[in-house]
Amino acid sequence: MVKNIRLIALVFLVIVSFFILLKGLDKTNNYSPNLNSSKIDFNFKAKFLYSDEESTLHELINDKDFSIINIWASWCLPCRDEHSFLLNLKSLDKLNIIGINYKDNEINAKKFIKELGNPYSKIVVDPSGVNSIELGAYGVPETILIHNKSKTILKKYIGPIDDEKLAELKMIIKNEN
Amino acid sequence: MKIKILVLIIFYLISFFNLSHGANSEKVDQISKNLRCLICQGQSVYDSQSDFALSMKILIQNKIDEGKNDEQIYDFLKSKYGEWIVYDPEISKNTVLLWVLPLILFVFGGILILRKVSIK
Repeated sequence: MVKNIRLIALVFLVIVSFFILLKGLDKTNNYSPNLNSSKIDFNFKAKFLYSDEESTLHELINDKDFSIINIWASWCLPCRDEHSFLLNLKSLDKLNIIGINYKDNEINAKKFIKELGNPYSKIVVDPSGVNSIELGAYGVPETILIHNKSKTILKKYIGPIDDEKLAELKMIIKNEN
Repeated sequence: MKIKILVLIIFYLISFFNLSHGANSEKVDQISKNLRCLICQGQSVYDSQSDFALSMKILIQNKIDEGKNDEQIYDFLKSKYGEWIVYDPEISKNTVLLWVLPLILFVFGGILILRKVSIK
């Protein structure tokens, strides 16, 4: 009898641990912090991809109601996948899409845009990756939705945009003013 | 013979130049050892050669050049990436057990030993 209870307990324990571990698989390994303030407190200078001029971030995000900052590179494969979604977002009037070209070769970056189309109103380059860190970014691709008037970050996506994220972005832009 | 001495002198001059040139990056090493590389698992920024870590080291160097001290650099990065980026957790609601538990165990163990000794 005692032996039986031990066996049942053991099997039970194994099953429970199995399900705990199974559930853990769904969790992403990327840790992203819940920041207390989503206010933009950075203002870096960056050079444009298509000219030698420089601009600050605050100048870049002044035009419309919303801005999307998209960090991309020609060597990044997921960026290729998400490019069609960015082109889709370009049609929104209230939105301004700014590209940050992350640690890229200028010729390859221009080729990438020529090949796949240009969803960006402005593209700035970040050859050392320092500006992206000022934005709190992890790597490429990464997308940040900014409310221009209040200069706050509304949403941040680590990884490529997909159908679900596209719908969510459109929802936020539609509902916020 | 003269040429040999000349080569040796030049060699030393070059290595001294490198030494003085690398002085600041030691500071970068020191700071980056305390930072968690967020996209690599179980590595510090110092250990990692990922794009993220390489940029981070450049950024730290820039901040040092701007005249920021260690504390300001850590605070800056914490504001961007949260508490998780530093290896030294601060006492908060979530980490209080981490800090207090060793103390409790120490006291508890001490009591155990005292009891055993006094029984004898």
